[in-house]
Amino acid sequence: MRASGSETQAPPAAGFHADHADLPSTEVWIDRLRHHHSGHADLPRRHGRRAVLALAGSAALALAACGGSDGDGRTLLNVSYDPTRELYAEFNAAFIEHWREQTGETISIEMSHGGSGRQARAVIDGIGADVVTLALAADVEAVQQAGLISSADWQQRLPANSAPYQSTLAFLVRKGNPKNIRDWGDLVREGVDVITPNPKTSGVARWNFLAGYGWALEEFGGDEQQATDFIRRLYQNVPVLDTAARGASTTFTERRIGDVLINWENELLLALKGGGDDYEIVVPSLSILAEPTVALVDANVDRRGTRDVAEAYLEFLYSDLGQDLAGKHFYRPSNPEFLAKYADQYPDLRLFTIDEVFGGWTRATERFFADGALFDQIYLE
Amino acid sequence: MNSEAANQRTQAAPDPKPDKARRLSRRVIPGFGLSMGITITWLTLMVLIPLAAVFIRTSGMGWEEFWRAVTSRQVVASYKVTFGVSLLAAMTNAVFGFIVAWILTRYRFPMRKLVDALVDLPFALPTAVAGLALTALYAETGWLGQLFYPLGIETAYSRTGIFIALTFIGLPFVVRTVQPVLEDFDREVEEAAASLGAGRLRTFVSVVLPALVPALLTGFALAFARAVGEYGSVIFISGNMPMRTEITPLVIVKHLENYNYPHATAVACVMLVASFAMLLVVNLLQRWSESIGQARG
Repeated sequence: MRASGSETQAPPAAGFHADHADLPSTEVWIDRLRHHHSGHADLPRRHGRRAVLALAGSAALALAACGGSDGDGRTLLNVSYDPTRELYAEFNAAFIEHWREQTGETISIEMSHGGSGRQARAVIDGIGADVVTLALAADVEAVQQAGLISSADWQQRLPANSAPYQSTLAFLVRKGNPKNIRDWGDLVREGVDVITPNPKTSGVARWNFLAGYGWALEEFGGDEQQATDFIRRLYQNVPVLDTAARGASTTFTERRIGDVLINWENELLLALKGGGDDYEIVVPSLSILAEPTVALVDANVDRRGTRDVAEAYLEFLYSDLGQDLAGKHFYRPSNPEFLAKYADQYPDLRLFTIDEVFGGWTRATERFFADGALFDQIYLE
Repeated sequence: MNSEAANQRTQAAPDPKPDKARRLSRRVIPGFGLSMGITITWLTLMVLIPLAAVFIRTSGMGWEEFWRAVTSRQVVASYKVTFGVSLLAAMTNAVFGFIVAWILTRYRFPMRKLVDALVDLPFALPTAVAGLALTALYAETGWLGQLFYPLGIETAYSRTGIFIALTFIGLPFVVRTVQPVLEDFDREVEEAAASLGAGRLRTFVSVVLPALVPALLTGFALAFARAVGEYGSVIFISGNMPMRTEITPLVIVKHLENYNYPHATAVACVMLVASFAMLLVVNLLQRWSESIGQARG
């Protein structure tokens, strides 16, 4: 009796595999079909609901895809990193206006934001970016090496190392600075939790790492062993390694984890402007000059016939209006005149460049962030 | 004329061992050739070619380098986290998913339709949203985290957190595979078992459970496979500490972020092979449990 139960019930095992061993006769088939329908009275409805969800999803996608193209002229795609959303939202509107005045053509500009490394990979893998505006030169370098940027000295094609705006890093601490954090040296004290993303996956995290290492090098008179030891102790104080800058900010502000967050100066200034009464900015004595770099993606602009407008777009970043917008969004304009105009919003600190201390991105990457390099070793002990 | 004759012959004297071609032609709905062609083309385009690309990308590297890439200490630690926690989460889902399916099919209660719809939510929710929501809930300051942290249970930024996320995304698989089987299950069989003197436990263990095992195994396998590949929700709640709470998909992403495509695909290969092996084992178990069920008759 009980066996007959299992025999009749086993076959319709959710329909994930068809059993070819016993092909039933027509009668059995029809019977099964009928049985199937009566047995799963609400199955079709359930499928219907999923279909509706899927439809809604694709409709939303389709809408999103149409969103950017309201002009009658050409379209530019700017692939950028995370914190530039607000800057480019305003800059793009200004450039569209500028280009219309100059040429009469109404272009439209599409933006793509995300982690800098991931964005560079998207460009390498074929997203048709006309220009890239990424967090670090190393990511643009990767695009160049993939053959999409024609000249190896692309960084000299535009003024100021192709960095129209610059930034640096600062600390965000909780109101009243309860752990009394003043400088990099305080980050390795026992009981201080530091929030910084994973340098393997985040652009700003690499700047954070290098800034801390650079500070330690100076502090210990250039002793690499002591600097390495410092950076190791620093990361032992990191309880959560987020994959990107925005995630780290969420961990610090929303989850209330950690005593200090290391992040872009412009992000922190923006956060404080947005009514951040719970926090204070602490400026370390020494930090790194971060140069987010921009470049024309030659292979794509030539294919799409957008070279003239893409070039004008990048040059416009260096115009008075472009520089003013950069300052307004808390970046440090590369033009000294506008840097002076916004000087009172930037804390006064000494800055070093990656070329001075580490000999450029390629060498820094090999030494610290490659497979099995210093950062990996920290966690193997 | 010919086919009519053939038809008559099969009806008149069914061959005890009919050859394959003839049996196929007896299907009510014609078009085996066409639908099989579509199936193969579709599977090739959507599954086989992308997966083959993974292997081809790896083939550029030598065997030694491949081995080094997939056995470095950090990667091995991530396998343990990913496969270990996924296994736990899938087993948990098998138990609780079964109970949910049972409630939904055996009882009529208010809001049943709503509960039924809720089960699908982990399917529909973007995984990043799930990750954010779960982290907010289970972090030390969250509604649920507050209850656990005083007991010394770290529900976020730990393996426990990964377990929570993987259990969340895997739940619908078990419920939705077990539910239809339960719906089809004849209550009379249970009544018959009872009338023959079997107690409740005996009826459940000897009559109901054997019929459900194949579906449970399917649900378990799907939940497990989904958990092994899950990235979006886990990275928010896991803390991503190398050697401790880093999942293998994150290791792959880390290699990609460093433009190290060969190492990324090498680790992906290992995951692919391991997942395939797991699914194969579960499939065999399922066959075996079905054959046991049938043999008892």
